[in-house]
Amino acid sequence: MTLIDFLYYFVIPVLTVSVLLIVVRFIKGPSIVDRVIALDLIITTGIGFIGTYSILTNQPAFLDVAMILALIAFLGTVAFSYYIQKRNK
Amino acid sequence: MTEIAVGVLAFFGTIFIFLAAVGLIRMPDTYLRISVTTKAATLGIGLLMLAAAVYFQELSITTRVMAIILFIILTSPVSGHLIGRTSYFSGVRLWKNSVMDDLDGKYQKHSQVLKSETDDTPENNLSHIRDAEEEL
Repeated sequence: MTLIDFLYYFVIPVLTVSVLLIVVRFIKGPSIVDRVIALDLIITTGIGFIGTYSILTNQPAFLDVAMILALIAFLGTVAFSYYIQKRNK
Repeated sequence: MTEIAVGVLAFFGTIFIFLAAVGLIRMPDTYLRISVTTKAATLGIGLLMLAAAVYFQELSITTRVMAIILFIILTSPVSGHLIGRTSYFSGVRLWKNSVMDDLDGKYQKHSQVLKSETDDTPENNLSHIRDAEEEL
């Protein structure tokens, strides 16, 4: 079993199952805060997908996208928490 | 040899991300979910990114990967703290079997200041325990 096979048949499917589980919480989430956390974790898992794909396709340029996505995840969470807190004031 | 190292790092990274997802489903209240996702997802992403760095073995890519890992390690506790504070203010209750709430009565409702002692202005203090008793 080569590394490429391992990435194709283990890493990508398990990450996909994780995203599906997070989407269940995103739909169910009792409060809006749960949905914000789920969204944050989906983006974080997306960074993992991008890292794996950069190995699979031998294209290190994809890692730049991962960096921007990490930035967007942080900014999104900060903006959501700011506006939820403002709404409750 | 390099392929085995990449495989082991990717395996553990994937397992930690999967555990974060399972924790998000299984944990009983919002604060425990925040705790699970910030810790497990940070470690999982760090290991997956290290796998990419070990696979390419180039100085520029290793620097980029280290920048991503450092950024995630710096920002994920900050966003976890912010979203936890917000959920405490917006009235998300602790799990019913939680033993204690250290912040009870110490946050000021209007100024949103945290005091170290419970002062004698109960109408201005944020208390989830009192709110739960009033609902009963």
